[in-house]
Amino acid sequence: MTRLLPFFIALPLGCAFLVNLFKNKKAADVLANLCTFILLVLSLATISIVKAHGIVVYKVGNWIPPIGISMVVDGLTVFLLVTVNLVSFLSSLYSIDYMEKYTAKPKFYSLFLLMLTGMNGLIVTGDLFNMFVFLELAGVASYALVAFGTEAEELEASFKYMILSSLSASFVLLGVTMIYSYTSSLNMADVALTLAQKSSSPDVTILFIAVLFLMGFGLKAAIVPFHPWLPDAHPSAPAPISAMLSGVLIKALGIYAMLRVFFCILGASPLFLETLCILGILSMIVGVLLAIGQWDVKRLFAYHSISQVGYVLLGIGLGTPLGILGGLFHLFNHSMFKSLLFLNSGSLDYAAGTRNLKEMGGLKDAMPVTEKTSLVASLSISGIPPFNGFWSKLFIIVACVQARHPGYALWAIIGSLLTLSSFMKVMRYAFYGMPKKAYASLKEAPSSMQAAMIILAIICLLGGVLLFPLFRNALLQPAVDVLLNGKNYATIVFSQLK
Amino acid sequence: MIYFLCFVLFCVGLYGILVKRNLIKIIIGMSILDYASYLFLVLVGFRMEGRAPIYDKAQEVKNMVDPIPQALVLTAIVIGLAVLALMISIAVRLYEKYGTYDITEIRKLRG
Repeated sequence: MTRLLPFFIALPLGCAFLVNLFKNKKAADVLANLCTFILLVLSLATISIVKAHGIVVYKVGNWIPPIGISMVVDGLTVFLLVTVNLVSFLSSLYSIDYMEKYTAKPKFYSLFLLMLTGMNGLIVTGDLFNMFVFLELAGVASYALVAFGTEAEELEASFKYMILSSLSASFVLLGVTMIYSYTSSLNMADVALTLAQKSSSPDVTILFIAVLFLMGFGLKAAIVPFHPWLPDAHPSAPAPISAMLSGVLIKALGIYAMLRVFFCILGASPLFLETLCILGILSMIVGVLLAIGQWDVKRLFAYHSISQVGYVLLGIGLGTPLGILGGLFHLFNHSMFKSLLFLNSGSLDYAAGTRNLKEMGGLKDAMPVTEKTSLVASLSISGIPPFNGFWSKLFIIVACVQARHPGYALWAIIGSLLTLSSFMKVMRYAFYGMPKKAYASLKEAPSSMQAAMIILAIICLLGGVLLFPLFRNALLQPAVDVLLNGKNYATIVFSQLK
Repeated sequence: MIYFLCFVLFCVGLYGILVKRNLIKIIIGMSILDYASYLFLVLVGFRMEGRAPIYDKAQEVKNMVDPIPQALVLTAIVIGLAVLALMISIAVRLYEKYGTYDITEIRKLRG
């Protein structure tokens, strides 16, 4: 069964080049969607593998780690793989109709699949330098995708994103180099073992490495002091790509990589956890305050991504089992409702031809599917029961109180209320109110776009089901256990190799 | 000493990115910063008076330069090249749209 693992990288990489050979748009649609669908099935299949074996290590080229590169799949990896591949399948489904107005559709799919390769590779790899390579691969593809429309604003956003993101990659490379010079190894498990043997007290080198990684991955995750690129880059991309960038890219490249490095390799010190909490609260509040004043729909959603990532960080930063569960669950939920919101904004743009809230109004009758799904997404991002966002926010807030940080809980509630108010504004201006005459002949979005939005809305509605013991033990709990037992990562990996 | 100079080079790159207004100068700053990190990577594997890491029965295994950073830096340079090419092509497209390389005049996005 471990033979499945390389396909997460090989399949999208192969398809990315194959899809370019087709001149026919229909063939490109079929190939790209088939590829993302197979990846979704594969990622669901890994759930059962990890349930049976706990952790699976694939040795690339049969070289034994720590000499060779390894791919490691554990609970956290599976959780991220399912999230990423689910969103990417629905985004590619949405692209079938949405991308018709752009000329180079096969090239779009090619870049899309390369970005997916980078994310999947980063998630399954067990090698630090390999992680950097996949980080850059996903990054380069996303810079090109942000500039895909080649309008003035899109190029400008892409340039800004590219400079800041390459800077963060340089920090990550420096961190990897310093780890190599300190431990003479790049394999994550081996590095963790060496560091554990070296010293029990944190010394200056480790602290410096930690700061480099925090800056590098923090820039990728758009945590507040590092956020200015995000509200430009995410709205400028085509809608399915915005959904991918906001939904999963910042989480795979930023949060997952950060958690893996800190919890499993460097060790999660109380200082680090506290930093995460404070950064989380800062992102939560600053993101939502900046969002309220926006009139561009996609820009408003992009600011909310910053704020929601803050919730994820706060939950995980608490370090208690409940907090980590809430944080990871919110990560999954945010992927779902934020992708849905960006797809909704794409439909609005597709039909009404504008992203400005002031120019919309009364679209409720013309676009019933978009209206219903975006109502679901708005309610779930604001944390209204019974939608999925409510459960994860509830868990985070309860965990804050349990960890004796009622102040954190208060900030989380304030953030949630502000989120609700800004989404009431979106619903009010876009869908309700007096219909504008210019939109009388408006049509609902085509079928593939509707299908993707409806599936995501159903997931948002039923997301709370994941908390039932049956699903929780399959998907969420193994991921939580990986973070809780971060220090045992090395010993578990090496016991698998014997 | 050499590590300190490498750090200075890194800071020169950072200065270029943060202070300069011309797109091309920002790109040059980015490259300098990248090269500083590559140089650091190679320096990590360097041994004083070391020899090439080629295994031979006649010689004993000692005082060899570490080959792994050399392999890593090649990969990093290739990635850097790809990013650089994309950056320059976007800068050229920006020039076509705005007719200037000055970032203070390229400001259609705000907020």
